[in-house]
Amino acid sequence: MTKKPTLAVFKFASCDGCQLSLLDAEDELLAVAGAVEIAYFLEARTQQMDGPYDVGLVEGSITTAHDEKRIQEIRKQCRFLVTIGACATAGGIQALRNWANVDDFIDHVYAHPDYIQTLKTSTPVSDHVPVDFELRGCPINKYQLVELVASLVHGRKPRVPTYSVCLECKQRGTVCVAVARGIACLGPVTQAGCGAICPSYCRECFGCYGPNERANPISLSRHYQSVGVPSDHVVRLLRNFNAYAPAFRQASNDLQEANS
Amino acid sequence: MFVNKAPIKSYLSVGKSQLQSLIDGLHKLGYQTIGPRIVDGAIVYGELNAISDLPVGYVDWQDGGKYRLEPSDEAGHFDYVVGPDSLKKFLFPARETLLQSIRVDGTWNMATPDPAPHPLAVFGVRSCDLHALAIQDKVFLGGPYVDPGYQSRRNALFVVAVNCRRAAATCFCHSMKTGPAVEGGFDLALTELADRFVVQVGSTRGAEVMTNIEWTACTLQDIDDARSISKTLRDQMRTRAHNAETQRESELPRERHLDTTDIHDLLLDNLEHPRWSQVANRCLACANCTIVCPTCFCSSVSEVSDLSGDNVRRERAWDSCFTAEHSYMNTGTVRKTTASRYRQWLTHKLATWTDQFGTSGCVGCGRCITWCPVGIDLTEEVAAIRGDES
Ligand code: SF4
Ligand code: SF4
Ligand code: SF4
Repeated sequence: MTKKPTLAVFKFASCDGCQLSLLDAEDELLAVAGAVEIAYFLEARTQQMDGPYDVGLVEGSITTAHDEKRIQEIRKQCRFLVTIGACATAGGIQALRNWANVDDFIDHVYAHPDYIQTLKTSTPVSDHVPVDFELRGCPINKYQLVELVASLVHGRKPRVPTYSVCLECKQRGTVCVAVARGIACLGPVTQAGCGAICPSYCRECFGCYGPNERANPISLSRHYQSVGVPSDHVVRLLRNFNAYAPAFRQASNDLQEANS
Repeated sequence: MFVNKAPIKSYLSVGKSQLQSLIDGLHKLGYQTIGPRIVDGAIVYGELNAISDLPVGYVDWQDGGKYRLEPSDEAGHFDYVVGPDSLKKFLFPARETLLQSIRVDGTWNMATPDPAPHPLAVFGVRSCDLHALAIQDKVFLGGPYVDPGYQSRRNALFVVAVNCRRAAATCFCHSMKTGPAVEGGFDLALTELADRFVVQVGSTRGAEVMTNIEWTACTLQDIDDARSISKTLRDQMRTRAHNAETQRESELPRERHLDTTDIHDLLLDNLEHPRWSQVANRCLACANCTIVCPTCFCSSVSEVSDLSGDNVRRERAWDSCFTAEHSYMNTGTVRKTTASRYRQWLTHKLATWTDQFGTSGCVGCGRCITWCPVGIDLTEEVAAIRGDES
């Protein structure tokens, strides 16, 4: 029997929701623990094994000088480096600071701003080191996570489609909220993965899984404006968990520029 | 019980309330009954056990990227047209397990799931969708490779068609010669008159169902009245091309038509037309158009395994020529640009489909126009390539 692959989980600036998705895998968790050696996962296990690791899962974005160095070290330790979630993949909701002055926030929030050392930006892991695979979502979907682990164990490509949320809506039979209700929805430019949860409750998609392959948010926002959706509403929709993902970033910047 | 034999092709006059006995009769024969229902602001196919559950008195307003339902005093039982659903979802379901394999002690056991479908009777099928059904029959049942799941579900399908009395602005069956009059491929076909339905019997099964329902034979006048409904609508639709000028100035949605003259060569001779990249600037590659299309049949087949690798399911799911995965081969995705995907879709639908299956792949139902989030309209794209920017 070959040795089980080792798995390490690392946290950067994030809410821990994606790591929780792994713990939340309940039925599958024992199988995961059976298939891989959980070598380093502070949220799950006190035992810490030294690297190198076969697979490193990274949650969170890079927001401090210390993290900038740490991610380089982690990259060296991991054969496959996989980002999990919107923060690690696109900078997360905290990337909204990239449009503002972070010192203003610090002054407002902290009693002793001088204790805070932070970068001016929140950036995705891929801005710092090469990434082998990005698992999207805010948070990630546990089935996709288990699929990812299975693919790494069996040495194949993960089955994680890059098409839009619309395909999931149509597959489950949800009536399109944009067409039938005139709600500005990000589904047509967002990657599938969640199972199209929000539209099934007659709400718009908020873009948790980031831009899909060939995403065209510029066309979609132009269309929403043409049917009377205020452009600042569309900007706010695009500037959510994946605000800094290039396609969403460019579309929201374009909209803002057109209005200024 | 009222027992009365109705010959195939006969026209029967049936009181409106008798529609309930039709549903009940189908239940007695073991059918699950499906029909148009309002769900979340649109007409979809859902379970239909009581006639009162039909969207009686509603009409739909459709345009590129827009669908709205509204009550109307004049509307009868079926005066909305097609919604996002079609028969496709019953015969070619969104997800289907084709093969199940389990490894026990190093030996694989393979099993093909038995589709054993529940007999299904679907109410409210329009002429365009009957043509779409015939096209999907060709795709899944024609040729040497018959799809067993589709076949068993198809055999268990009972179709209650409806003749449209109004069309949406997005409908263009008149251009595709697929409607609005229902011509064949149904078990029963209904035409709503002011005070009753004219029921046309299309099959032995249809005749059998009518045996237990109260009806009287139609007079020639009844048959004429029923036929003139479709004829009037078709004539109205045929004037659309001429009305284009006045319509352009009106606020109302443009009423669609499609000039199909030499369309095969027109499209294939224009593979490098600048219009493909213009439409790609608007297109989201979101795949809605293909998924709502009642003839589109593309799917992906993948092996879905659990962590142990001992349980593997071969799963087929709806896919689309607009996704990257769809044209992924050993060298990567073949159709990388949105322009190449839109062109693949439109040229297949309206040109190469004919080479492949002997019919057009479009029945003019207009779903791809309405359910495109940005309202891309194939009739407009073809007109632009033809050079008449109407
Ligand atoms: S917002 Fe969109 S991507 Fe996020 S959970 Fe809802 S449907 Fe899914
Ligand atoms: S291409 Fe569009 S109009 Fe034609 S059959 Fe498909 S959905 Fe209907
Ligand atoms: S034509 Fe419309 S529905 Fe089809 S992929 Fe493009 S944007 Fe989506």
